[in-house]
Amino acid sequence: MVQTQKQSHYPSLTTNEQIVQRTLSITVDNEPGVLARVIGLFSGRGYNIDSLTVTETEHAKHVSRITIVTKGTPMVIAQIKNQLDRLVPVHRVHDLTEEGRPLERELALVKVGGKGEKRIEALRMAEIFRANVIDASTEHFVFEVTGKSSKVEQFISIMTELGLVEVARTGIAAIGRGPEGS
Amino acid sequence: MARQMTGAEMVIKALQDQGVEVIFGYPGGAVLPIYDELFQQEKVRHILVRQEGGAVHAAEGYARSTGKVGVVLVTSGPGATNAVTGLTDALMDSIPVVCITGQVPTHLIGNDAFQECDTVGITRPCTKHNWLVKDVNDLARVLHEAFYIAKSGRPGPVVVDVPKDVQFATGNYVGPSNIQHKTYKPKLKPDQTAVREAVDLLANAKKPIFYTGGGVINSGPKASQLLREFARLTGYPVTSTLMGLGAYPASDKQWLGMLGMHGTYEANMAMHDCDVMFCVGARFDDRITGRLDAFAPWSKKIHIDIDPSSINKNVHVDIPIIGDVAYVLEDMLRVWKAKAPQLDKTAHKSWWKEIDGWRAKKSLSYKKQKDVIMPQYAVERLYELTRDKDCYITTEVGQHQMWAAQFYHFDDPNRWMTSGGLGTMGYGLPAAIGAQLAHPKSLVIDIAGDASILMNIQECSTAVQFNLPIKVFILNNEYMGMVRQWQQLLHGNRLSHSYTESLPDFVKLAEAYGFVGLRCDHPADLDDAIKEMISIDKPVLFDCRVAKLANCFPMIPSGKAHNEMLMGEDVSDEEVGKAIGKEGKTLV
Repeated sequence: MVQTQKQSHYPSLTTNEQIVQRTLSITVDNEPGVLARVIGLFSGRGYNIDSLTVTETEHAKHVSRITIVTKGTPMVIAQIKNQLDRLVPVHRVHDLTEEGRPLERELALVKVGGKGEKRIEALRMAEIFRANVIDASTEHFVFEVTGKSSKVEQFISIMTELGLVEVARTGIAAIGRGPEGS
Repeated sequence: MARQMTGAEMVIKALQDQGVEVIFGYPGGAVLPIYDELFQQEKVRHILVRQEGGAVHAAEGYARSTGKVGVVLVTSGPGATNAVTGLTDALMDSIPVVCITGQVPTHLIGNDAFQECDTVGITRPCTKHNWLVKDVNDLARVLHEAFYIAKSGRPGPVVVDVPKDVQFATGNYVGPSNIQHKTYKPKLKPDQTAVREAVDLLANAKKPIFYTGGGVINSGPKASQLLREFARLTGYPVTSTLMGLGAYPASDKQWLGMLGMHGTYEANMAMHDCDVMFCVGARFDDRITGRLDAFAPWSKKIHIDIDPSSINKNVHVDIPIIGDVAYVLEDMLRVWKAKAPQLDKTAHKSWWKEIDGWRAKKSLSYKKQKDVIMPQYAVERLYELTRDKDCYITTEVGQHQMWAAQFYHFDDPNRWMTSGGLGTMGYGLPAAIGAQLAHPKSLVIDIAGDASILMNIQECSTAVQFNLPIKVFILNNEYMGMVRQWQQLLHGNRLSHSYTESLPDFVKLAEAYGFVGLRCDHPADLDDAIKEMISIDKPVLFDCRVAKLANCFPMIPSGKAHNEMLMGEDVSDEEVGKAIGKEGKTLV
């Protein structure tokens, strides 16, 4: 893919560098404003965020893990990692994609309305996708579906035909394979 | 031992423990408790500015001329927002500044209280780090951390926002020695493999060049010494960015002058044609590189930077070395001396011959006039008449800034203070105040423009209050000269709002403030007038009337490469008008 290089004041430069998608895992001090620092960096410098999740993961140490899925040329990805690393409350930045195929999972809550045949079909599809029913009435279901983003996407697109009302998604949580922590 | 005291006392105690002698500030409702503590002590001297923006620039001038941290104290709301430009300026130029802001009491935060603003939100992208301190027991630790962060690694500004109730509350004070930062530990010492590779590459270079920047100055005087030693040892040519002027002596024969948009022909041509580029503490800014795909196309590049995010940001480099300039140069020198490499003398001789050919173009030459002062001439004379003095130079932003960089020459670091990255008009006067406070016996000159000087003119009052004999040397052409030059270059010479219709009478203005006002409008009188300015032991505003339509050359037009410079003497107005292509017009 040919892309205009955005990092310069001189936009005439084009590169043939491939755009790649990366999943970054960022450990940070859970202090006020830390998320704003991270996303402010992305918006301020024109980087992409495809997905973002964050929660405190080590309560005793007040450490949070931010998982960001982003894309860009390898040069831009390297910039993103260096810029993140430069933020004072950031402990570590891990490029999970670079370190090996990371485990990536997402959860979605999918509300589907309707009656009759479509309703039965929705429930049948939910079983195939191993989605749980977590709320229901005679006119709706709320499904909880987890898995890779592609599976969640597929489930949602099927439900669109069967009376999709609304969707809430968590974004991707990711972790590296093997016995070691990052 | 932890000691009990109020938050306001902690602020002053922390400043004292950090060895702070001078702070720049402006009082207001949300910092009154701190000002009350200031009043009751002698160690920290407070300089009352006339607008908070001036306080930050003054702190920058103080920091850059001393290598210490500049400290600012302002109130909440407008106090903090006025400081934003200065903070951004310090961030772009990597200047260590600690800015303490007052905030409305904790229970009012988020209430749209009087003089409330989201200070940490507003200053987050324009500081290296910032804190809102909600618990008095965190205050001392945060203040010491603030100093550590501001001055370590790549220096920068930090903000500590202190709500008024925290200033009144009592808590435990901890001293600076107890502070160990959890996460921020910048790497200072280089990777030795990279050092050896870099030495090898430099030793085998046929057309080498040293491209140095502000990182050398920030690293400290030792880095400048090591740079000189290394350059002498290799015999290689040296150029520098605007920010790095003074790190290498301009009087040396290996010095090519500044590079970049308004750099010398020889510096830019040597950059373009070099085979090994040794970048020391510079960051390949767009003002330096020009058109990126034509930037030093045949070169291998070595890049020393303390900030890993500067590596490969704009330009791909072959050997990145992450570390503090002084540490890296020390290691490189050691390896170089141990290897004692055989250099390609013949190649270097013909490289210097090429460079001498470019030098012979005399790219900084201009037509001298008999009856009107050329701005270049004014700076030249100022340099000649002050060069043997203990001098510190600040500037505002625009044509005068570039002429100062071209015609005022520096042999030592920390003598030159200018807003490089952000390009802040109004920087020079407060920065001169900061520099003069740090060096009361020295001659501090702000080389200014008539438009820029009006942006922080109120600080004249500060200079008078604190008996600071700064000299403001205004190159007055009645235009925003650089804007006018770009309008000529880019917009068919339609001079849209770049002429200042009602400039004040600077001599009368000077007198109104308690300055001495001088005016000169004839080349024959210039030397005497400058001598008079220097001899006056009071602040002076010097209105130097210069040629109105002079352009700043040489110049790499926007979107062009280093070897496509526009030269001064031989260029007609028509050529100037056509110099920048359609693509270049969209650039800044």
